[in-house]
Amino acid sequence: MIRFDNVAKRYPTGREGLAGVSLEVAPGELVFVTGHSGAGKSTLLKLIGLLERATRGQVWVNGRNLNRLSERDVPYHRREVGMIFQDHRLLHDRTVFDNIALPLVVAGMGHQEIQRRVRAALDKVGLLGKERSLPITLSGGEQQRVGIARALVSKPPVLLADEPTGNLDPELSREIMDLFLQFNQVGVTILIATHDIELISRLGRRIVQLREGRIQHDTGLAA
Amino acid sequence: MKRRGPKQPGFRRNRNPLRWLLRHAQNAVAALGRLARHPLATLMTASVIGIAIALPSGLYLLIDNVRALTGNWDGASSISLFLAEDIDDREAEKVRQTIAARPDVAEARLITREQALAEFRQRSGFGEALDLLDRNPLPPVVLVRPASGAASADATERLAQDLQRYREIDLVRVDLQWVRRLEAITRTLERGIYVLAGLLGAAVLLIVGNTVRLEIQNRHGEIEVVKLVGGTNAFIRRPFLYEGFWYGLLGALIAIVLVVGGLWLMQGPVQRLAGLYQSSFSLDIFTSGTLLGVLLGGPLLGLAGAWLAVSRHLARIQPE
Repeated sequence: MIRFDNVAKRYPTGREGLAGVSLEVAPGELVFVTGHSGAGKSTLLKLIGLLERATRGQVWVNGRNLNRLSERDVPYHRREVGMIFQDHRLLHDRTVFDNIALPLVVAGMGHQEIQRRVRAALDKVGLLGKERSLPITLSGGEQQRVGIARALVSKPPVLLADEPTGNLDPELSREIMDLFLQFNQVGVTILIATHDIELISRLGRRIVQLREGRIQHDTGLAA
Repeated sequence: MKRRGPKQPGFRRNRNPLRWLLRHAQNAVAALGRLARHPLATLMTASVIGIAIALPSGLYLLIDNVRALTGNWDGASSISLFLAEDIDDREAEKVRQTIAARPDVAEARLITREQALAEFRQRSGFGEALDLLDRNPLPPVVLVRPASGAASADATERLAQDLQRYREIDLVRVDLQWVRRLEAITRTLERGIYVLAGLLGAAVLLIVGNTVRLEIQNRHGEIEVVKLVGGTNAFIRRPFLYEGFWYGLLGALIAIVLVVGGLWLMQGPVQRLAGLYQSSFSLDIFTSGTLLGVLLGGPLLGLAGAWLAVSRHLARIQPE
């Protein structure tokens, strides 16, 4: 599903995000990416979502070489990659419903289909009944669920989450992780960047540990 | 960015024309709704645009009217030939025939001494004074209307010079100096209005461009998120373009109100002035294509201004 061939990313500032990473993620896999801040976790995810482009090497997602996608293709690529952020990135002047509907509106989906899908997504993250609320009136955990619902409402084959539990207490973090495990069960390929080793080590999933832009340790599929 | 290599699977793009139209309609209404949410600010921006459009188009309408007026005087570019005093009516008629036969003359009409005297008596009010004279002091006159090919001011002048060479003709008078001056003045003013229109058109571009730029800045976060979830540039651009369009259209409507109102205010004095010249001239607002031009040009300028802002600023907003 996702393949990195000796990928390096150097930012215009000279900082090195990735220094040569080769990685393969199978369809339906759930992978945790860990490492200290600055180790390259975010860069890895950004390259998959085409928020950044690799300076060296090749990134493949869903059968496409991202290096060969033009700027015009980028929006269409992003529709196949749901992204979740630590700071949620919600629109605070829109209701929960409108926030979650955004990817569908952007894709030009019909009104009724949008209603149906947003309801389903709200149901999945346990926020039914909150669709008329503004995000600001929700708790941090609930806001993160809205972000998750927005990322999966268009049923993308790939889901990326950058520190999704970064601001949450252990209880809420576990709930959020449970959500990801559920989505993974229905076949979504998921990459989660986190430094919450304690939380993920008990889950027994694949963990890729980055250090200074390189893979330091990869537990692999068998873990 | 594009490299050669085996073809890779393309993306499915939504190209349903009905959907597309529907989305445009939604965008247009939504943009209008956004403007309506800040009626005062919208009205102010639209008014600035309106005034900028009204100024050159109003002036242009005035000039257009004046030109229509001078156009009516084309037939008036006639030449009066005052024949020598010792020419009798028979000889005068011969002169008339010679001149009428010229290819550059459409018509030559003889006013005999008696006719001239009668007309003078009737028009001038000096009838009694004329009675004191023992003989008719007026010469025969041939009125020449140039052929249509020689009707321009220059050609008429050349014809007049040519006619000057006839022995029987004492004096040639062409009364088109003032027509030429008026023509020159309107032409100068017209050029000035074009320059003004160009400048103010650029001003409208900048006004709309700046308004849209501010709007883009205000919605910076939203644009980022829309790009994150796969919004195309066209999707992001559309609402701003429609905003520019509405600003332009509102401005054009305000401009039309201003122009019509302004000309209406001038109508009375103009009619009085025309009355002094025994003319029933009145300002015509709706004959020329100016209003249509304003109605089309306003939205077009708004659209162009928005496009400028959008193409400059949208590309710079990228999600991180």
